[in-house]
Amino acid sequence: MTVHNIRHADSRHGDASDGAVGGRLSRVDGPAKITGAAKYAFEQQLDGLAHAVMVEATIAAGTVRAIDTRAAETTPGVLLVLTPDTIMEIKGASDWLGNPPTQKTYSPLARTVTYSGQHIAAVVAETFEQAVAAAALIEVSYDETPAIVDLSDPKAGDGIPIDAMTKEWGDAEAAFAAAPVRICAAYNTQREYQAAMEPHGLIARWQGEELTIWEPSQWLDGMARTYAEWFGVPFENVRLVSPYIGGGFGSKALALAHSAVAAASAKMLGRPVKLVLTRPQNFTSYGGRAATRQTVTIGAGRDGKIQSIVHRGVNETAVDGMWVEPLASVTSIMYATPNFSSKQNVVRVNTVVPGAKRAPGENPSAFGIECAIDELAHEVGIDPLEIRLRNYAEQDPEAKKAWSTRQLREAFASGAERFGWSKRSPKPRSMRDGHQLIGWGVAAGTYPVRRAYGEAIVRILADGSVEVESSSIDMGQGTYTILAQTAAETVGVAADDVVVKLGDSRYARAGVAGGSRLAGVMTGAVYKAATSALDQLVGLAISDPRSPFHALQANTLVVANGRLRSPRGDGPDVSIAELLASVGRDRIEAAGDTMPANSTAEDRYKNYTTIATSIPHTEGNYSRHSWCAHFIEVRVDEDFGTVRVSRVVSALDSGRLYNPKLAESQWKGGIIMGIGQALLEEGIVDRRHGRIVNNNLADYLVPTNADIPDIEVISVGIPDLHSSVLGGKGVGELAIVGVAPAIANAVFHATGKRVRDLPITLEKLI
Amino acid sequence: MRDFSYVRANSIEAARKAAALPGAMLLAGGTTLVDLAKCGVAQPETVVDITHLKGLDTISVDASHATLGALAKMSHVADHAGIKSHFPAVSEALWQAASAQLRNMATVGGNLMQRTRCPYFRDPSNFSACNKREPGSGCSAIGGVTRGHAVLGTSQACIAMYPGDLATALVAFDATVHLGQRVLKVDDFFLLPGDTPEREHDIRAGEMITAIEIPGSAAARRSTYLKVRDRQSYEFAAARAAVGLELEADGRTIRDLRVALGGVATKPWRARAVEEALKGKVLDEDTVRKASGLAMEGAVDHGANHYKIELAPRVVARAILKLGETA
Repeated sequence: MTVHNIRHADSRHGDASDGAVGGRLSRVDGPAKITGAAKYAFEQQLDGLAHAVMVEATIAAGTVRAIDTRAAETTPGVLLVLTPDTIMEIKGASDWLGNPPTQKTYSPLARTVTYSGQHIAAVVAETFEQAVAAAALIEVSYDETPAIVDLSDPKAGDGIPIDAMTKEWGDAEAAFAAAPVRICAAYNTQREYQAAMEPHGLIARWQGEELTIWEPSQWLDGMARTYAEWFGVPFENVRLVSPYIGGGFGSKALALAHSAVAAASAKMLGRPVKLVLTRPQNFTSYGGRAATRQTVTIGAGRDGKIQSIVHRGVNETAVDGMWVEPLASVTSIMYATPNFSSKQNVVRVNTVVPGAKRAPGENPSAFGIECAIDELAHEVGIDPLEIRLRNYAEQDPEAKKAWSTRQLREAFASGAERFGWSKRSPKPRSMRDGHQLIGWGVAAGTYPVRRAYGEAIVRILADGSVEVESSSIDMGQGTYTILAQTAAETVGVAADDVVVKLGDSRYARAGVAGGSRLAGVMTGAVYKAATSALDQLVGLAISDPRSPFHALQANTLVVANGRLRSPRGDGPDVSIAELLASVGRDRIEAAGDTMPANSTAEDRYKNYTTIATSIPHTEGNYSRHSWCAHFIEVRVDEDFGTVRVSRVVSALDSGRLYNPKLAESQWKGGIIMGIGQALLEEGIVDRRHGRIVNNNLADYLVPTNADIPDIEVISVGIPDLHSSVLGGKGVGELAIVGVAPAIANAVFHATGKRVRDLPITLEKLI
Repeated sequence: MRDFSYVRANSIEAARKAAALPGAMLLAGGTTLVDLAKCGVAQPETVVDITHLKGLDTISVDASHATLGALAKMSHVADHAGIKSHFPAVSEALWQAASAQLRNMATVGGNLMQRTRCPYFRDPSNFSACNKREPGSGCSAIGGVTRGHAVLGTSQACIAMYPGDLATALVAFDATVHLGQRVLKVDDFFLLPGDTPEREHDIRAGEMITAIEIPGSAAARRSTYLKVRDRQSYEFAAARAAVGLELEADGRTIRDLRVALGGVATKPWRARAVEEALKGKVLDEDTVRKASGLAMEGAVDHGANHYKIELAPRVVARAILKLGETA
């Protein structure tokens, strides 16, 4: 359980309006994190805690012939050595869409190895050090078979067509063949990792048939469902606790193999077990962003107007798992085109199943189309910004529906203005400062508005304070803060007087914090619950004979700043606490949700524990998306080929912002991650062993502060009530989309060299 | 990490004796030892803690020389006013090394003992072949991921790159390392891998680094350190150069030049051919660029590290030319 009472938080800036929706309230969890008072999931101290470590496969493909655990078992402190033969039986669990399991049982320890780093055994000991020492003594022999190491492996083949990804209208091939200007290029994005500061891990404790899991989680109820199914206990018996999350970026939404091992060993031992993955294991125990390949062909007129787009994409997936990274998600909607064709394959390679990393799909998709249109602009001699306006999509070209809101033209205009785009010299390699070649690039981005239903509980307590409960989570994006603002504004109290409790599956249920849906879902749910609580409060005030407002009508009462009064100011004026005392109530409690009225208990369970009930972004008459435009300056050393980003101006349309300060922070985080993707990040595979060799934070490079210039972000959004109850669209996933192509385009402008393979490292430019 | 015993040495003599025992390793800042113990490369039986020894962390500098106690912290040396004025390349090398947190812990003596970042060396459980770790077991790096490996000073047995920044500056200015009885040039203290890549330093059982001494010179006073890397901070170099320059009274003819390279070699690499080619010459861009190419004499690449052969001479040239401009 986590409680933030911002009454005591030294984090406020500005005036009282900061606490209302749309105010710039600082993060209420900030002081706890900065001072170290915030206790993360697996920092809990439990009596009798045992420590588990995982043993991984050192081959990329083959079978485990034998595991010799004798030496490990006799090592001091060892409590349990688990192999595929000795771990308890675990049942198959349904997937995140709610599809039933394909296998009756699930083995988190593999007999058949499909990637290097796969878990094959585990050791549990009294201390962490004893477990590590024992694990080093386990001898594994294998029958190794040839591995397919990556997309460029000759054995990889063309892969499996994913028909659901095919999008076609008009006659794209014929229109391309007939077009006066034709662009065709291949764009590659690398295997990337989430690289969160907080590693994955958990503490599992059984008390009879009740399981408590302390684990960083983007989705408590979804993960609780998995644990319940694995161990054959009712959903209600599993409690997941995740007060803070030290970075998820898409990786912390699912219970994983090591999670099953920790929970199983806790059950087998009858003791709580802690298991935290090492940093190298964080590169192989769950998937990062799949490597992708795209070919983008554009047929256009001499005026730069697009006549046809033909797009072919491939992403890698695992031998024993399917991940589709939708590579045409931006290609098909960014620009107006009468003819379009996109197809996608996936290729199985020996890797852990790739997973979600910030803006899966949209991110690599934008790299292809936003570089390709830059190539078209250069080919026809039109400014890269102008060509985007000439091909502006006035409606969704794919769904053929009106945009709910699309402030992209405004984003282009205000970004260009702040950046000074009109001063750009069009010729590549025409701007320099000493040894540094300067380049300016632009690219657009988008992310769909993913919607779901939510619920929350709001209480008005005897002291007049307000309490919000939800099993949703805050991984830094500001859920604690914006829900306090929502409840404060709706009930009519100061944000200081709201306590928000999150991160415990015992609270009101919540769906996944992913796809930038949580803020829209949860502000809507809290708004409904708080409105209901307010109605009860006002109802009591006018109906209870003991209330000083007993004689008044409901619509004449105002609640503001924690006080009730009539708007003309000629009647009683009492605090919420005084009113509750006068009517003899110690609290008002209201549950609220945004589920359809006729929803069954089964519907609700499905809504919170799967993503099957997500509402399509093109439902009804509108197509709903966030939009952005990035203007980026790079400096490339003419001798060394080193690229540094020296200026970023991004204008973004996320609709109404519930808290601009936190939205800006998320946008900047996305832009920084995009700089890493463009210039630094890459999982490097030893092709002989099929193993990632830079599996640590010294060798897998993410940007440091020194790599990041001042970033200016501009909000150009307007409230979009087709997208959410309070008018917001997605924030967190959006800003990374378009950063890498803006940088690649800027590098071309600086150097005249078009780098189509990320990351853009120095050897590609010298 | 395996169990080990811990000894706190209360004198230099006691530390030397304890460290001479089989399986013993000295602990100073711990930034390398703890890291290597965690990844299973260092498996000390005894850790001899020398961090409490008195008088080993002093820094004294005058025009004639600098003496750095072995336990002086990297951050203290980097920020020392005398080092900055008499040996700017040394200060700059340290500022660009590691991160602020590591520089605050790591000592200059320990820094000389820093091991390679070769990923194959650092991962015994996945790559059993490593001649540096297990003599005769082979080299996993050759034929593998080599983007960060050396192109100079390599052998059939090992192509691991020497990662340190400080020593690159030290070899440029003929610094010496004090080991008790013996005093060695830093250039000689570091060994080429040859057939014995497990031996990286000329240090014997019972010896301990007590101090580093750098002779003062006009070239050291007019010196710089240029580090080129993918990331702006907290990364090992793609290529780096420590350069010192002394001009004749005419302000354009090179009297003395010191050039050392890093990020490209198996040990800190003095580029004497570049120095000799430019001494007595008038400093101009074409001459400097041409001569800088000599730094790569004998270079052998392993595919992905080929760019270093192109890059390193450009780094050397830029550093020399930059010093020329600051007349």
